[in-house]
Amino acid sequence: MSNVLEARGLWKRFGALQATNGVDLQVRAGARLALIGPNGAGKSTLVGLLTGQLRPDAGSVLLNGRDVTRDQAASRARQGLIRTFQLNNLFRGLTVLENVFLAVSERLGTARVLFRPAGCCHEVIDRASHLLDALGLGGVMHQCVWRLPYGQQRLLEIAIALSLDPKVLLLDEPAAGVPSAEVARVMDIIEALPSELAIVMIEHDMHVVRRFATEVTVLVAGAVLLSGKPQDVMASEEVHRVYLGGLGDRHPPGEAAHA
Amino acid sequence: MSRLFSPLLRRHRLQRFEIVYWLVAVAVFFIFPRNLALATSILVMALFALSLDLVLGFSGIVSFGHAVFFGVGAYAAGLLALGGYAEPISGAIIAGLVAGFVALLMGPVVIRASGLPQIMVTLAFAVIAYEFANKAVWLTRGDDGLGGIKLMPLLGVFQWTALGQTAYWYALGWLFVLFLLIRTVLSSPFGVALQGCRENIVRMRFIGTPVLGRLMGAYVLSGFVAGIAGAISCQTSKFAGLDTLSIDRSIDALVMLVLGGVGRLYGGLLGAPVYMLVRQIAAEWNPFHWMFVVGGLLVFVVMLARGGILGLLEAIAGRISSKLSGKR
Repeated sequence: MSNVLEARGLWKRFGALQATNGVDLQVRAGARLALIGPNGAGKSTLVGLLTGQLRPDAGSVLLNGRDVTRDQAASRARQGLIRTFQLNNLFRGLTVLENVFLAVSERLGTARVLFRPAGCCHEVIDRASHLLDALGLGGVMHQCVWRLPYGQQRLLEIAIALSLDPKVLLLDEPAAGVPSAEVARVMDIIEALPSELAIVMIEHDMHVVRRFATEVTVLVAGAVLLSGKPQDVMASEEVHRVYLGGLGDRHPPGEAAHA
Repeated sequence: MSRLFSPLLRRHRLQRFEIVYWLVAVAVFFIFPRNLALATSILVMALFALSLDLVLGFSGIVSFGHAVFFGVGAYAAGLLALGGYAEPISGAIIAGLVAGFVALLMGPVVIRASGLPQIMVTLAFAVIAYEFANKAVWLTRGDDGLGGIKLMPLLGVFQWTALGQTAYWYALGWLFVLFLLIRTVLSSPFGVALQGCRENIVRMRFIGTPVLGRLMGAYVLSGFVAGIAGAISCQTSKFAGLDTLSIDRSIDALVMLVLGGVGRLYGGLLGAPVYMLVRQIAAEWNPFHWMFVVGGLLVFVVMLARGGILGLLEAIAGRISSKLSGKR
């Protein structure tokens, strides 16, 4: 199967810190790939390089077989590479519906329309409100984002990404900060996504990874330590030593409920 | 969609206070026939502040040198008239297009910057434009300015009267038409995208928006409107001087906008008359210390009403309506 997203030998240095050391990554159509690694392993840098927020010192990024290394982030997003953010990155002063409206009208090309009221663009509004209903945000559609509880803001992050009709979806810790009772809901939504969509998830929570991923890539010190099936990776002693060892302390036992 | 509470998606709907505003503007002509020169200059500044609101209030581009476009428009209109092209309406449009072209050249530099560098860049452009006009005497006549401007009657019919009746209707007509244009653009999906850029420009890139192109659209439109404001100022006063390019002019528009309320469409339209009337009355009351009054007013507004006069009115209206519903 062909790769929808591919990184070839990516290098990135910030001053004295070599954040990315020749990373290769292949994402197939329909992939469910978890990217794990200890703090500072270079996961966020890698996402930045893939999405075009950062420029690599060397190496290239291919999207649908096309070299997009020189493309801006906005251009990559238009080609179907969509990300969410670990810390909510929303339009806080706008309502929930307006947030999704922005994304949908961009996707449909309506955002270039000058002489038609936005409130009359029913195809955009309907699509946005259907999506919000499907994610259980229909009831807060007209609320200002900064008034929403954090868990719902996380869902809105995902709603914006989904409204862009992604080919590759990069989820940066989608469950981070979500109250544990609602993590299952976030996971249900992610599992219900179309199977042909390629999803890359950065996640610390091993329960979430086990439930979501069909392959796992472990990043340590800016390089790929290991790639493989979740059970193989989690059985690897090396991975346990650098990463999983400390995990038990950081997650209270109560969280096992949603595994 | 009757249950649409989204302020952005229902901006196109006419609100009651809007009719009141334009009725008052018409009434001024009949109530103050002796003060039409002042009233016309208020309309000109209202239009200029409105053009600033488009970039500052709705697109998040901080421009401290917007007088560049005002001055370019004023000089372009003046030079056109002196060159023998005396038809006012098309003259103003040409002047606006010239100013819009200047915005097209400045835009990429201004929009790529943000925060303090953006303020400095726009200020720098304003200083350059002012000094250019000051030194290029062959074109601008330097300190003397462009005087002796003669225009054809408006629409071929209405003579430009000494008391400024024609000038007032001319300025009010332009303000209304360009207000409708900006209102329409800001209500459109394009306008919603501009407000997305103002809220969170980083996220706009990640939803695939070509941010530079969108903001350039707003910047050039704003330059065009500011240029027409300058052209009207020149055409109605029959003079274009260095003051149209001064930093004071930029700052005045900014102050009017803040006073009226930034990002509210009517901020400049309300701030301009309030500011200019307070200035006028204070100057008559005390020619030496009138700036104290104006400064005091500004401090008061910034401290007590962060959304300007309109923000204050909204807060009062909100409190009244919540009290009424509470009693029921």
